[in-house]
Amino acid sequence: MSLNPLHEIHTRRFSRNLGLGLTLGAFIAIIFGLTIVKVSRGDYEPPRAPTATEATQ
Amino acid sequence: MSDVSINSPEFTGQGFEGEAQFGDFFALLKPRVMTLVVFTAAVGLLAAPVPVHPFVAFCAILFIAVGGGASGALNMWWDADIDAVMKRTARRPIPAGKVTGDEALAFGLTLSAFSVVFLGLASNWFAAGLLAFTIFFYVVIYTMWLKRWTPQNIVIGGAAGAFPPMIGWAVATGGISVESVLMFCLTFMWTPPHFWALALFIRKDYDHAGVPMLTVTHGRRSARNHILVYTLLLAVLAIATAFTSVGGPVYLVVALVLNALFVKGAYDIWRRDEDVSETDNFSVEKKFFKLSLLYLFAHFGAILIEAVLTRMGMGGWT
Repeated sequence: MSLNPLHEIHTRRFSRNLGLGLTLGAFIAIIFGLTIVKVSRGDYEPPRAPTATEATQ
Repeated sequence: MSDVSINSPEFTGQGFEGEAQFGDFFALLKPRVMTLVVFTAAVGLLAAPVPVHPFVAFCAILFIAVGGGASGALNMWWDADIDAVMKRTARRPIPAGKVTGDEALAFGLTLSAFSVVFLGLASNWFAAGLLAFTIFFYVVIYTMWLKRWTPQNIVIGGAAGAFPPMIGWAVATGGISVESVLMFCLTFMWTPPHFWALALFIRKDYDHAGVPMLTVTHGRRSARNHILVYTLLLAVLAIATAFTSVGGPVYLVVALVLNALFVKGAYDIWRRDEDVSETDNFSVEKKFFKLSLLYLFAHFGAILIEAVLTRMGMGGWT
């Protein structure tokens, strides 16, 4: 049986592929955005070492 | 290039007709239930006294919604047999033959793990743990255990739908408080009258599926009594919430009006017998069910308004 390029199965697969592609794109954007927010508010900054004055007190 | 997979024997007959589209997988997430999850979680998050960065809040609510959707997919996987015999659920993706049970199971498990891990990374691990517990409670405690075993299925299982505002609150504060427990109780106490009203007018479905709904096991008179008792308890709780830090004058007005209507509706249901209900095709029960949807959205909407007013220095009782 031959299937022409616009058979229903192509439409169904296109819908699934497009949906998955957009979901993955949105996921990347969300992770990027979260990273920017967390880095810019200092969530990942290492603990500050005490200064010489603080250390002697 | 030839498309070998399309020309393979499995796709030359009926095989591809059951091939799922993206929308079929989305339908597994129970989008209408997700609306409630998103709304109540957002209210819980915004009503909390600790501000959250808007983008983190957006992501947290998205992950809570995905977790809720994942539990819906796992529920559909387990309940595919009874979904197929109930008119209300026969067109769901698995009984309709669009998605296989295995696909739904894999989809649900993957999204469950994904949502919990990313909620933990985006906000805190307490909120993520609460989301994991919610998924476990809905899938294992309610779907696998209680639903087919006890007529109290709706009462205890209702807790699963009541957790989202607590998770939203936990995203902001990292813990639990009286206010978040009250928001939990609001949905928890609302669920039984909401579902028993539905069970009164979609009578045959639960009978056919063998689900021990109160209407089937204890009779319809008992269900009417239970609706009235739970509605009265709910009214006390809903009005008492007005005097906590998430309440205020706006919430109190909404709660007084809606609880008066809700108690009146429950009383009308309690007064009726089956013959009267049959005659007008369960119009009072249907009206009560529709009012129950407005009831919950209005209460959480009022909490949201109070939260916004508080940020503007006008909310609450001070």
